[in-house]
Amino acid sequence: MSSDTLQVQLQPKEYKSAVKPVWCPGCGDFGVLGSITKALAGLHIQPENVAIISGIGCSSRMPTYLNTYGFHGVHGRALALATGLKTARPDITVIATGGDGDGFSIGGNHFLHTCRRNPNMTYIVMDNQVYGMTKGQASPTTEPNWQKGKLTPAGTGINPFQPLAIALASGANFIARCSSSDSNGTARVLMQAIEHPGFSMVQVLSPCVTFRPEQREWKNRLIPAPEEMQATSDAAEAARLLLTDEGVYTGILYKGNRPVYQPKLESSMENIAEFEEEFRI
Amino acid sequence: MNRQSLSIALTGSGGSGVMTTGSLLLEAASRSGWYGFMSRSSGPQIRGGEAAAVIRLATEPVESPDDSFDLVLAIDPASLNRFVAEIPLREDSLIVTDSAAGRRSGGLPEVPGRVFDLPMQELAKTVQGGRPNMIALGAIAKMIGLSEASIHSALEKILASKGPDIIETSRVCVQAGLTAGTELPIFDQPQLDGASALERWSVTGNEAAGMGAIRGGVRFVAAYPITPATELLEWLASSLPRVGGVLVQAEDELASINQIIGASFGGTPALTATSGPGLALMTESIGLAVCSEVPVVIMDVMRCGPSTGIATKSEQSDLNIALNGLHGDAPHLVLAPTSVTDCLFTTQWAVHLAEAMQTPAIVLSDQSLGQTRAIVERPADVSFIAKRLVPEQFEDSYYRYAVGESGVSPMSVPGQAGGQYTADGLEHNQAGVPSSMPEDHYSQLEKRERKINDFDYGQHWADLEGSGSTAVITWGSATGPVREALSRLREQGNDVRLISLRLLAPERPLEMAEALKGVKRLLVVEQSHSRQFHRYLRAAYDLTTEVRVFNRPGPLPFRPNEIIQQLADWTGEAGT
Amino acid sequence: MSDSIKGPARTIGSTEELLAYSLAMETEAVDRFNDLAEQMETHHNYEVADMFRKLAKIEGLHIDNVSRAAEGKQLPSLLAWEYEWQGGESPEGGLMEEAHYLMQPWHAIELAMHGEMRAAAFYRHVADTAVDDGVLKMALELVEEEEEHVELLKKWQERYPKPAEGWDEDLDPPAMLE
Repeated sequence: MSSDTLQVQLQPKEYKSAVKPVWCPGCGDFGVLGSITKALAGLHIQPENVAIISGIGCSSRMPTYLNTYGFHGVHGRALALATGLKTARPDITVIATGGDGDGFSIGGNHFLHTCRRNPNMTYIVMDNQVYGMTKGQASPTTEPNWQKGKLTPAGTGINPFQPLAIALASGANFIARCSSSDSNGTARVLMQAIEHPGFSMVQVLSPCVTFRPEQREWKNRLIPAPEEMQATSDAAEAARLLLTDEGVYTGILYKGNRPVYQPKLESSMENIAEFEEEFRI
Repeated sequence: MNRQSLSIALTGSGGSGVMTTGSLLLEAASRSGWYGFMSRSSGPQIRGGEAAAVIRLATEPVESPDDSFDLVLAIDPASLNRFVAEIPLREDSLIVTDSAAGRRSGGLPEVPGRVFDLPMQELAKTVQGGRPNMIALGAIAKMIGLSEASIHSALEKILASKGPDIIETSRVCVQAGLTAGTELPIFDQPQLDGASALERWSVTGNEAAGMGAIRGGVRFVAAYPITPATELLEWLASSLPRVGGVLVQAEDELASINQIIGASFGGTPALTATSGPGLALMTESIGLAVCSEVPVVIMDVMRCGPSTGIATKSEQSDLNIALNGLHGDAPHLVLAPTSVTDCLFTTQWAVHLAEAMQTPAIVLSDQSLGQTRAIVERPADVSFIAKRLVPEQFEDSYYRYAVGESGVSPMSVPGQAGGQYTADGLEHNQAGVPSSMPEDHYSQLEKRERKINDFDYGQHWADLEGSGSTAVITWGSATGPVREALSRLREQGNDVRLISLRLLAPERPLEMAEALKGVKRLLVVEQSHSRQFHRYLRAAYDLTTEVRVFNRPGPLPFRPNEIIQQLADWTGEAGT
Repeated sequence: MSDSIKGPARTIGSTEELLAYSLAMETEAVDRFNDLAEQMETHHNYEVADMFRKLAKIEGLHIDNVSRAAEGKQLPSLLAWEYEWQGGESPEGGLMEEAHYLMQPWHAIELAMHGEMRAAAFYRHVADTAVDDGVLKMALELVEEEEEHVELLKKWQERYPKPAEGWDEDLDPPAMLE
């Protein structure tokens, strides 16, 4: 896709705000920030037509670092904020960003129901399998035998959450997994996610170098999903892959045709007088 | 009272280990017989940002910051800039810094004080693996007269997990710092009782609260991490199993409050800890605990609000939501500890009260208590423990919500044959059956209110000190600075009364009237922008005296001289 | 695994295309070094911040070289994210992951060297798979250039001590912000 002469090609850098991120050097979220800027530039979307919505956590600081519109909301409620915005303003490109704690713990309920509703937006979850901002507790995606969490010193001992499988079962229309160390590849996936109708769920594995420094090796374990399985619209096929791949397959893992939630919102002040009929004596 | 006090601040940036140095200083000082406390401040980076360790040492227990600082050691000069407002200095304050470290990052801010150079970076390089902060530690030790032995034992304790090599390197650096410190001014050495007969503790407010919970009988905690309550939960996570208890990291605050209600319904005293945003989430379910008469304790370690606010700074602005945040008429208990030590007592008492009256208790601690480490006298043992009124035997029918004399009705525990009932958030009759009948609503509302109002709280509802006609009324962490201000005034023969409320709900009109007898002027002191405490006092009590308010929101703490100044302005007398 | 072959995902068919890839890599490197300098400044690691600024300038000079070689040629206009690299990452893209807020000058140069070595491997792969003679010649020249860069960086690195074990030890725990 090369530049259309009618559209102004913004450089990715122009989507960054002047605020310097306070993320620890080495954090995977820097790569995601880069990917978002590249994706928006690639789609020629003007910054004023984009809203980045987030909750609480390191990755939820994302809106501040972009010069689009943004809302740094409260813990776990980004998808509710985003749904309200998109319903009222279908013309805005709405992207929710956050982490595995914000999205799947306190935000878990909203996650389920937003997938069900399938509004036209993109949700980027920077999954580092830990709560970084509050000093390193286990998150819903942490493996059960991780024993470095001070609130769960014996490990959680319980099943980790499988966000992509749940998203598929709940009704999301586009599901992908990426690695923050592949900034360009993630950008390409994000472009497709934004363009695809409905709720696009993108899980980006993004290492936390402060609380889980072993995750620097993550990228070596990830492999692109087999060509024939990429972007399938067969939910059963996608389900089988998501439940058996142990979280290592990257790429677009489901691209569906599910109905999208977009009620018509057309504010009007006409015909109000007619209401009085029913009250008039 | 001949108290000597030293206020010392350490600042640094980029991983310079300032907090650790502060902890080592406090530990070494405590072993030498000092009392005191340390609190921390930092920039917005999770790692490598600016950091400040703020310490007060004294020859007697202290609960308040002093008016100003005697010594600042800035490992790099620019690091002091961020903390200027919280580190007030005088012309004769000492500022020790490493000018070489300032060449790239910038110099000291414009502040009063005498500046001395200590080439920490250079000296650190003379030791293999040496660090500037350890040089700083040695220099300060020299300036305030701490022995090398006390530092060494502090190193062994605090750096134990880092291994013997780091401990040894640090010790060598400290020695170099001690030597370099001979070039710097030395403070007067006070008389310290290093081998005092009194047992002393080094404890944070959060740890003390955890200890109070366990002593009170709490054995189930469900919680979600939030600054500044998380350390309380971490302490309980490792301590509860040792007494057969359990901590569950829940998925959010709604899960937390409901899980503890469930555990308590099952008979186990339960507690959660959170901060303002979490308490706001919990309000609906706390109302459920009120209506269904299930005891729980909710710790709110307050931070600056509203909304996400300033998570790392203290404020007293959750009073409104603690008192009035539940919908409907939902009387419940609200308590607040007045110091780090009091976090233990008040939490323990709250557990006892909640269990005795089968109602939720909100305990308002705050960041300045919770995250401050203090050297204190060992808190006294108190006998308040969870003791719920449980029926021994059952008649033909069991009325869970029977309206009796005290308002507290025996609460059966699942497993007791004959005691079955359904706890309910719906209004109900005495048997617990849902009811919309007016007489049931009136009598149950009255029961739930009476059981709390008629309870005998004894003398712990407030701390009352002094007998003058001018009084200062306050609560929570503001008590420390007020107390110190008033003790200075008393030393000059000026007896100003202190009233510090520990029990904020229910109101104690008779006791308050007694406490205010003879008071002509009442100064309200609180750390809230909209004067939440003052409004509460006006609503709950008859304030027949002249009243003035001295209030400020966080993040800066009160200092004793500010309170003395307020009183002096008002009474026209010289306070100091 | 990811430090090995990082060639393009498809055969490079012309010198114009090769120059476009080269330009993309050098431009990315400049941006990454400037980003790293900012991160180091935010975390008060000024010595290393200055080094990254220097490295950004050096990469800028490489851009000038490539631009000169491209004079008169019509390069395909691919956008940054349209370049496809085997193994996902671009050779210069991995720079940010090796950062650490306590890193020392030696590490900064090491990080830059890794980038240059990955770039050299990229051009070697292009040479190995070239079907066009012009591409082969240019690719081999570029390999030589990158290897020279590695040598220069090695010499620069000799001026700094290799950090002893424990360089990443921060005695203070992470700050808890929210």
